[in-house]
Amino acid sequence: MTDLAFTADEMMIIAASRALKSEDVCFVGIGAPSAACNVARLSHAPDITLIYESGTIGTAPSVLPLSIGDGELCETAVATVSVPEMFRYWLQGGRISIGFLGAAQMDRFGNINTTIIGDYENPKTRLPGGGGAPEIATSCGEIFLTMKQSLRGMVEKIDFFTSYGHGAGHGERQELGITTKGPSLLVTDLAIWKPDPVTKQFTVSSLHSGVTREQVQVTCGWQVQFSENVTTTLPPTPDELSVLRTLQHQTKVAHGQET
Amino acid sequence: MTNFLSLTEAVSQNLSHGDTVSFEGFTHLIPHAAAHEAIRQQFTNLTLVRMTPDIVYDQMIGMGMAKKVVFSYAGNPGVGLLRRFRDAVENAWPAPLLIEEHSHAAMANAYEAGASGIPFAVFRGYRGAGLKNVNTNIRAVRCPFTGEELAAVPALNPDVTFIHAQKANRKGDVLIEGIIGVQKEAALAAKRAVVTVEEIVEDFDDVHPNACILPNWTVSAISVVPGGAHPSYAHGYYERDNASYIQWDEIAADREHFLSWMTEFVLDALPEDLDDRVAKFRRAV
Repeated sequence: MTDLAFTADEMMIIAASRALKSEDVCFVGIGAPSAACNVARLSHAPDITLIYESGTIGTAPSVLPLSIGDGELCETAVATVSVPEMFRYWLQGGRISIGFLGAAQMDRFGNINTTIIGDYENPKTRLPGGGGAPEIATSCGEIFLTMKQSLRGMVEKIDFFTSYGHGAGHGERQELGITTKGPSLLVTDLAIWKPDPVTKQFTVSSLHSGVTREQVQVTCGWQVQFSENVTTTLPPTPDELSVLRTLQHQTKVAHGQET
Repeated sequence: MTNFLSLTEAVSQNLSHGDTVSFEGFTHLIPHAAAHEAIRQQFTNLTLVRMTPDIVYDQMIGMGMAKKVVFSYAGNPGVGLLRRFRDAVENAWPAPLLIEEHSHAAMANAYEAGASGIPFAVFRGYRGAGLKNVNTNIRAVRCPFTGEELAAVPALNPDVTFIHAQKANRKGDVLIEGIIGVQKEAALAAKRAVVTVEEIVEDFDDVHPNACILPNWTVSAISVVPGGAHPSYAHGYYERDNASYIQWDEIAADREHFLSWMTEFVLDALPEDLDDRVAKFRRAV
């Protein structure tokens, strides 16, 4: 028996997982990106190479790691390299095709803030900061983003440029000498977004099953644009839901949050 | 030859008030025991260097030991924010805290430059990123061959680096396995390197020829502290105590709760206590 009712979070992770292929080499952020990447590996993309910034290359964990450096990532990896080697040879060397990141705050061009709310010198809220993101955002072939929609998260203007997306849009990325594609996909709990080919503003290309345009707009701080042919995201299949739920249950058990 | 010392002696002989000190370990092998000993010995005015401040610097900052922290990701990995770090940055509690913030790539490159004996690190980074506008130690250089503009940051050369490792042999060579992070670079970049280990073995005759080893003449002092990484982990010895990381969020959320926890589990505790704390995370071999 599979209950085909699903949550918006499950739809987000599964829709994100579908964007990944077996031939991808993916630098994985913790949280929803990690869940999406491992659902892909455990379903339609068994040969995907997952890389975590702790230096684990080609890892295949049985539970979602709490941190980017959990022991199982190393135990199941093809190779574990030092952190300087990871950032120099593998990321800067251009060997990673996709960087998969989450965001605390994002603007319509995929610029991300995980550093500060308010002023840098006098912060209202001090967030963790960028970690690997500033260089992941510019050194990976392209960037996939995932986040839950909210007025606090999707804003007209971010407080700090932790990592660069398309800047102010159009050709600004190229003008800075960045040769990689930048953000090419955004998956939220309500929709799939892709950058407009000219302006680079994220544009809704698919609404998740049962979601209205109004719902997308009221949870987004900028004027939402919809592509000419908005499609409907296929709901999760029983197999996809089963893979995700098993993974999340095993994870909670392993982290002592469930028995 | 390496000095085998008690943890108390290893810390007191190598750390001084006002030092620039690094306690490294990228999620794995975080030298908690050494940091707790530094807390018990009440060092002050330290510049704390570490890519991911993590719980270990949240504790040291909350105990008022730091004047400055140099870092690249100040979160509780997979859990959320570091609440003592936040309280220091946002409210100057228990004291004002200077910050020098980088990206991971910059810190890793800066340690490597420090270990390499050159004055700065060069890499393709910070493009379009805001940190270079708020950190004057992030600058640019132009490649003399291609003209490409690249990022530059000063080398990191701590007065002392503390790391935790799996084992040392009788001669004092140190073996690090698993997620090796940035420890080799941080140890070689420092004036003095102090290592806590899970155990001492006779020799390393059975290890792989390409294993990550710090020869004894690069290490100032070694202390045997089983469980010395808890709640981080030691690959091959015990697993990460993820529940403690989750609980830390609640402990660190309140100043009084934090101080009473530190009194019970750090100030009134002994290095030997960590062995008990990791007991249930040891896997049957």
